[in-house]
Amino acid sequence: MSKKNINHICDKPLRRRTLLKGAAFGLTSLALPFGNADASVWESFFQKHFHQMNKDELQKVIARLENEYKEDYGKDFNIKSTKPIDGVKFGYGLDLSRCIGCRRCVYACVEENNQSRDPQIHWISVLEFEKGHRWVNVFEEATKYYNPHTVPEEGYFYMPVQCQQCENPPCVKVCPTKATWKERDGITVVDYNWCIGCRYCMAACPYGARRFNWAKPQIAREEINTETHYLGNRPRYKGVVEKCTFCIQRTREEPGTYPACVEICPVGARKFGNLLDPESEIRYSIEHKRVFRLKEDLNTSPKFYYFFAT
Amino acid sequence: MSDLLQPIRNFFTALKFITKGGTGYYAWLAFLAMLIVYGLYSYITQLDQGLIVTNMRDQVSWGFYISNFTFLVGVAAAAVLLVIPAYLYNFKPIKEIVLLGEMLAIAAIIMCLLFVISDMGRPERGWHILPFLGTMNFPASLLAWDVLVLNGYLAINCIAVFYVLYKLSYGKEYKMSFLWPIIILSIPWAVSIHTVTAFLYNGLSSRPFWNASILAPRFIASALCSGPALMIILFQIVRKVSEMEISNTAIFKIAELIAYAMGINLFLFMAEFFKEFYSGSIHLAPMEYLYFGLHGHSNLVAWMWLAFIFNLSAFFLLLRPKTRENFFTLNMACVMIITGVYIEKGMGLIIPGFIPGTLGEIYEYGPSAVEKSVSMGVWAFGALFFTLLLKFALPVYTGKLRFKASESGD
Amino acid sequence: MGIPLQSSYIRAMGLVMMFFASFFLIQYLHVSDAFSSDDIPDYFVPPPPFSEGIYPCSDCHADLEVNETRRELDFHEDIVLKHAEEQRWCLDCHNPADRDKLRLANGQLISFETSYHLCGQCHGTIFRDWKAGVHGKRTGYWNGKKQYRLCVHCHNPHSPRYKPIEPLPPPIRPDELKYTKSEDDKIPRNPLTSNYKAERKDVKEKH
Repeated sequence: MSKKNINHICDKPLRRRTLLKGAAFGLTSLALPFGNADASVWESFFQKHFHQMNKDELQKVIARLENEYKEDYGKDFNIKSTKPIDGVKFGYGLDLSRCIGCRRCVYACVEENNQSRDPQIHWISVLEFEKGHRWVNVFEEATKYYNPHTVPEEGYFYMPVQCQQCENPPCVKVCPTKATWKERDGITVVDYNWCIGCRYCMAACPYGARRFNWAKPQIAREEINTETHYLGNRPRYKGVVEKCTFCIQRTREEPGTYPACVEICPVGARKFGNLLDPESEIRYSIEHKRVFRLKEDLNTSPKFYYFFAT
Repeated sequence: MSDLLQPIRNFFTALKFITKGGTGYYAWLAFLAMLIVYGLYSYITQLDQGLIVTNMRDQVSWGFYISNFTFLVGVAAAAVLLVIPAYLYNFKPIKEIVLLGEMLAIAAIIMCLLFVISDMGRPERGWHILPFLGTMNFPASLLAWDVLVLNGYLAINCIAVFYVLYKLSYGKEYKMSFLWPIIILSIPWAVSIHTVTAFLYNGLSSRPFWNASILAPRFIASALCSGPALMIILFQIVRKVSEMEISNTAIFKIAELIAYAMGINLFLFMAEFFKEFYSGSIHLAPMEYLYFGLHGHSNLVAWMWLAFIFNLSAFFLLLRPKTRENFFTLNMACVMIITGVYIEKGMGLIIPGFIPGTLGEIYEYGPSAVEKSVSMGVWAFGALFFTLLLKFALPVYTGKLRFKASESGD
Repeated sequence: MGIPLQSSYIRAMGLVMMFFASFFLIQYLHVSDAFSSDDIPDYFVPPPPFSEGIYPCSDCHADLEVNETRRELDFHEDIVLKHAEEQRWCLDCHNPADRDKLRLANGQLISFETSYHLCGQCHGTIFRDWKAGVHGKRTGYWNGKKQYRLCVHCHNPHSPRYKPIEPLPPPIRPDELKYTKSEDDKIPRNPLTSNYKAERKDVKEKH
């Protein structure tokens, strides 16, 4: 059995051998290939939590992951582990009077952040509300499956929702293994090698922002983005949770490009910047526009501000 | 030399007792084994393909597994109902059978753990949740609490049961001085496992249906119905298939206690029902979904009304001494309670947490074939474990099975 | 001794006067030439979006007589004015004498590259938001150089309402979400249009 096969024993369609093996060694033998396991599998199994690794250990892990990804996708990956920039707390603004619901952001995010194409994963949900009905906190009136020939549709307005990067994130509080946490620059991240897939964070998130890999994520080779961050857009695994990271691989640089959703938005409805910088666009929006945050009554204190520019 | 071999010989004596039985017994074992194998096969499919083979999705991210888990935590916790009168008030008839309740608790907790493992996306990373070995998020995460209290409860009950069995199997009296602290500890602990499990849901402000402070009391009340109801049925089976004597007095006493618990359960339910429907805020939606359907989605409506009618009828049946002490109506009431609470605290609790979703989406969930067969497998495993445990414990209890102590032993 | 003292005094006076003079000069410039204000971003990505072969306007208009009457246009039939058309006509914005320039209400001429001054005459609050980076699309670096767009990149000046566009496909519903293990070429592709990908590559190369 080649190295590659061992790695992905769980991902192959069920074969007789797998079944027999399972029966023979019990369930553990499926998850952990005993006997003929190679070092990578065990290293992967015993990999420490992101915070428990020192610099060398992290570099070793990153090298191993880059190898694994290369075997999987046939491409050279660059996995960064860039630390937060001092004096930066990221904030996001979304101008509801501009958004036309075209979903460019949804798919730019998929492209940039290596979301699975099959089964489909989208980090951004664009909700369509009927004008003159209920306000945006009554979501039952909304749909994200609208599909007219052109948008905006007469009589409707749109509200994209993604991770709100709460200052007080309920998902982090509930995680039983500390596999998700809030970074110093305010971004909540997931260690995809530490998540046990219990999905408690998904139950806790009031914004439906977390996504689960119900099967092995699949992305065509030609579409994979190889410029990645350990805590961001590196390819994920079956059975772990993922979420928006404000494009940590792009934004956590000096200078850093805007998140993919900001960059693509054809109407410029999306604003991004440093909340601690009084000159930033996001601060201007908060100080000059009537902003609101979703579900403020839950006291999650999102760093994602919706506003109406006009 | 014979001293060293004695435990092995004892083991085979026990094995002989466990494996001996009539055709009914073997048929039962074969039936359970079949379900377990099928469940295992389904679970391997799930491991292979991922949880995509379930009907859970991002919109409804917990389903049948967690529903079963929640119900079974209640069954496990209910052992306390037997412990309290048995040891604190020295109510003799119950005291003799309290061991059975504790054994049921052990089986239930094992099933709980299996259901949680079945629900995990990466079961092989389970060690990440352990203290010291992993990075347990204690005390912030209620799931970390749950791991501690459930395993603690399992340990307590195991110690109590095996201590008693050990002593009895060597023909000795068990010491109450040893058992007392365990029992005193087990009472609040039993309450705690179900409280913590309720808090697990209760603490999520994102899910208005769960985010109601009545949840934990309702959990305890309904657990005190379903657990003992299950035991009443088991007791009758036990005394039929073994020589163990379980008095009618004990059974009727337990039935009476169930009636009170069900009364409280119904009252708490009514309090919640009133609050939601009278105030009619937007948080009413999940309740509306459960009992009347929401925007044409009504998969659970019939089930919920059935559960309500069952619970209510069982309450009256168990309240009246005449129907309580008639085994036909008693058993009917017990079956109705088990079904009613299973619906109410299983799917009826978990699913409305997700319907409507946090962004208003309604995805009507029902378990997939894999979820059903894995769950059946877990139940069968629990039943098999309990059966074998009983098969060993009952002869010990009735004095039929006695080990020979090694000569140097005390 | 007195003379050098005096000369230094004069020199100092001269410096002070020059300071004031330059201050007034700057003030004057600021008032007279609104274009040199600091808060105007200086980095635009694409040039003004002219239709092909339409600019410079003087190629044709240099030889044409100026006709100020409201009428059906002969050549620019593609232009339908839907922008306060009751109050305005072509030459309220286009400079009659030199068509390669635009003209503000006060008679000042500006280039097409700085057309935002023309728009800003009426849309003051939007102009302010645009300068702050809040109205309109911004690309580049959130903590570095930003690429701005002209108003006319998104709004056709003759009919400025943003035109409806085709939405990308809706997400798959949860009950239809299935997993099919696929060969690489069978995996569904991202429906994103390729121009975004090109743009992204562009940004990277510039970096």
